[in-house]
Amino acid sequence: MQKITKDQLVEKTVALLSDGTVSAVLGWSRGEFDYDITPAVFKTAEDLKENFVWNDFCGANFSKYLVAQTGKVEGKILVFLKPCDTYSFNQLLTEHRFDREKVYAVGIPCEGMADIAKVKEIVGDGIVSIEADGENLKVSTLYEDAPALVNAKDVMAERCVNCKSKKHVAYDELMGDDGEVIESNRFDEVARLEAMTPDERFAFWQNELSRCIRCNACRDACPACTCEKCVFDNPASSVENKAPANSFEEKMFHIIRAFHVAGRCTDCGECSRVCPQNIPLHLLNRKFIKDINEFYGEYQAGAEVGSRAPLVDYTTEDLEPGEVFDRGDKDA
Amino acid sequence: MQVKEYKPLIVAFCCNWCSYAGADLAGNNRLSYPADVKIIRVPCSCRVNPMFILRAFQRGADGVIICGCHPGDCHYTSGNYYTRRRMAALFSMLDFLGIEKERTRVEWVSAAEGAKFAATMNEFAETVASLGENKRLEDLRCKR
Repeated sequence: MQKITKDQLVEKTVALLSDGTVSAVLGWSRGEFDYDITPAVFKTAEDLKENFVWNDFCGANFSKYLVAQTGKVEGKILVFLKPCDTYSFNQLLTEHRFDREKVYAVGIPCEGMADIAKVKEIVGDGIVSIEADGENLKVSTLYEDAPALVNAKDVMAERCVNCKSKKHVAYDELMGDDGEVIESNRFDEVARLEAMTPDERFAFWQNELSRCIRCNACRDACPACTCEKCVFDNPASSVENKAPANSFEEKMFHIIRAFHVAGRCTDCGECSRVCPQNIPLHLLNRKFIKDINEFYGEYQAGAEVGSRAPLVDYTTEDLEPGEVFDRGDKDA
Repeated sequence: MQVKEYKPLIVAFCCNWCSYAGADLAGNNRLSYPADVKIIRVPCSCRVNPMFILRAFQRGADGVIICGCHPGDCHYTSGNYYTRRRMAALFSMLDFLGIEKERTRVEWVSAAEGAKFAATMNEFAETVASLGENKRLEDLRCKR
């Protein structure tokens, strides 16, 4: 259930398009289904009125799209940013990935997005339409005559249950009210895994990562993964564009993917959202964030433009890699 | 039937300026360390990409050790400080995935510490041998 309505967003964008402030709009459009929302670039008011969508499945983080789109558009491009997207937006600005002058950022409040996998767990397959209905989602399926009512809170995506901030850290214009940074329990699951024995952890990750089909969606959606040439696209690497041949390749991909964004990951949760196999990829990223916070002091990537990421920084007093395990050894 | 005796294979990434010279000194002083330690010379310990470590395990290493100059003594001023942060994060992640933490290590060995180099390698080889074969990051296609 979102506080802001689609009509408000369309009205705002049409106004900005017609007075020439922006020449294109980065927004959401309907894909195959109501819950299958696709990012789209709108250039006319008619197109917007017809195809623009705003519902509980508009989870896509648009920050990364700016890298490609700002170069393609004459004039400014309007982008909608939910609070968590603004952190990625700042992080990309820090890394000089797009021109801030070419972007008109509109901050919009977010009440948490729904996870279609959770909806399907409750109502089953064959969903034909989903509509917002107050606190609930009205889900119609092929097999039931009456639509099922599902509370939006019950099907909220994991990343939104543990939302870290409702505060926008970057915008040109804000619609609705700004929120606060939240003391979330986002590291609880990581701590639970850390408390396990190495054998249990190994079994857990073996089980999770063995589902990976190497579709690269986690990498492609990640706002921190913006290298033009990715190590995993290297034809000499033997792991380019193919499903993992064995458990080593699964682990290698996921360790390296998480490592490459360590210190720069804003914990937006896009990796887990786009994973077709529902692998909890954000746990790997959060493990790095948790460690970095513990080793080098609290750091939130993207909280401000120009901050130095912990892994490209150092102090002479840092802890030794061997000491990492001496902090209350759980495995001993 | 002949049972192949298990010998651990250890890959040591040694920085050109300190640890590689330290290994050299160990040799000059006739200090012995296991022949299972294969040294790979790198310009600086921070040249070691996490992928190198995983690749070493894939190709059959049972332990990987990274040796560099003591913090503050880096030939390139700050390389080993970056190594220290990166490897702390990486080792913690490997442990998070359930991979034995004793298989990876970072040690600072200067060019004058031939004895430390030999002692470190002896001790590390022993630790890795007691863990046995690397099963959790192995790639069966690369087995000899």
